[in-house]
Amino acid sequence: MSDLRDLYQEVILEHSKAPRNYRAQPAANHKAEGFNPLCGDHFTVYITMEGDAIKDISFQGAGCAISKASASMMTQSVKGKSAAEAEKLFETFHNLVTGHAHSNGDAELGKLAVFSGVSEFPARVKCATLAWHTLQAAIEGKQEAISTE
Amino acid sequence: MSIAVKSISSAGFDIERVRADFPILAQKVRGKPLVYLDNAATTQKPRAVIDAISKYYEGTNSNVHRGVHYLSEQATNEYEGVRKTAQKFLNAADLKEIVFVRGTTEGINLVAQSYGHANVRAGDEIVITEMEHHSDIVPWQFLSTERGAKLRVAPINDAGELDLDAFAKLLGPKTKLVAVTHVSNSLGTINPIRKIVDMAHAAGSPVLVDGAQAVQHMKVDVQALGCDFYTFSGHKIYGPTGIGVLYGKAALLDKMPPYQGGGDMIMSVTFEKTIYNRLPYKFEAGTPDIAGVIGLGAALDYVTSLGIENIAAYEAEVLDYGTKALMSIPDVRLIGTARDKASVLSFTLGDIHPHDIGTILDQGGIAIRTGHHCSQPVMQHFGVESTARASLGLYNTKTEIDALAGAIEKVREVFA
Repeated sequence: MSDLRDLYQEVILEHSKAPRNYRAQPAANHKAEGFNPLCGDHFTVYITMEGDAIKDISFQGAGCAISKASASMMTQSVKGKSAAEAEKLFETFHNLVTGHAHSNGDAELGKLAVFSGVSEFPARVKCATLAWHTLQAAIEGKQEAISTE
Repeated sequence: MSIAVKSISSAGFDIERVRADFPILAQKVRGKPLVYLDNAATTQKPRAVIDAISKYYEGTNSNVHRGVHYLSEQATNEYEGVRKTAQKFLNAADLKEIVFVRGTTEGINLVAQSYGHANVRAGDEIVITEMEHHSDIVPWQFLSTERGAKLRVAPINDAGELDLDAFAKLLGPKTKLVAVTHVSNSLGTINPIRKIVDMAHAAGSPVLVDGAQAVQHMKVDVQALGCDFYTFSGHKIYGPTGIGVLYGKAALLDKMPPYQGGGDMIMSVTFEKTIYNRLPYKFEAGTPDIAGVIGLGAALDYVTSLGIENIAAYEAEVLDYGTKALMSIPDVRLIGTARDKASVLSFTLGDIHPHDIGTILDQGGIAIRTGHHCSQPVMQHFGVESTARASLGLYNTKTEIDALAGAIEKVREVFA
């Protein structure tokens, strides 16, 4: 089952077991909730924006290994970036997990490239992107909880 | 010879021959033999059902109850013939007590809208249970909200069985309807319907039974159960999607207003006054799913030809085998351990998310359902967001259970 190892790479399993930046931020000035109603996964993303920069980002919630690892690694990847840079990175990441990656996107993705195996599992794309959609909603200051459906 | 005899004696039917009746089961998925264990979501279709639908479209297709021509007469005969088949299948007292609907969900909505609107007033109460599928919760919420009535929920215990004492306390003069599932889709619990009906009737309330997960696993006799409404879906009993049956006692159906307006449900229409058709047509507005009804008839015939008691006995044996197999795997927690159970093995595996279990099993060609199974209150009761659910049909084997158990071990390895 080599393709399973493509999906469940060590880095992904490790992040799912010990997610980074897994905490609430009571003082965050941006916050959004994301749900996947099909499997019950839900995450809250907290952002402290300073001007246009993501000064601090964290998350909490429950989900599968893919969604949790994706949220964890997302927080590491966008911390310190501008809102526009984070949006751009989501686009590149989305292309990666849906199998539309450009060869020059790799450098920008860094560690996030471990999610390339998701493109072989279309049913799991929503898991990998749930936290990112929630991040987008938090940056844009949307009030309503977002949903993958 | 001895092997064949053995498989016949344990199943009451030849399991290999039965499997050969289902074309879809012969395929490989991801290079592995398909192990289909998602029967509570929908069942596979035997050749007899597929052929009946093709034959109808190839040779009989026509509208029913309308034409004077040959094909329409043929189609009407076949369509009405299935009503007789369904009547016999449920042992309903009268043919007009069988209403064709889109499925269990529509059956429940029909009763909520029609019976509910005519009988439920502000301050009245509707009693359901904690183990209901969302389709036996939400229609009653619509009705309660609209009428200012109250929805009362009978709790379950930690085995997933209905707490009958607590249920009894909810019944009273305000109870206008009790709605309960026959078999829980997420736990497999078989409810004691006869007892529930007696208790509800003593309080003066009729009972609707959601039979979506029951008719394919056990003999259902609506007169023996004494229930007032019983509804099920064709696609969960090896028939097509989009068709189902609502049984209702004629005395109740007669007094109920129509659910939808349209053709076929009327006797005569003028702009001043419409006279509704007689039962059951009053509840069958518009051109029905004729091919679906014919496919359903073939499915009920198929199940009857194998013998529902034989199916029940065989599935009980495989369920027992599966229960033992799963319970011997470390970290497996079975959700739903009622004494009376059918078909369902709902479980969690340590803190591994069911979605991840589902993906890894799928790589082994094994189809299960993961998620909340449209029973979020049940998930809340057991303190989980979701479970992995293997659900059995008449064609599943102990060999497939072994494949399931092996794949669960594989999940543990990936996440070790």
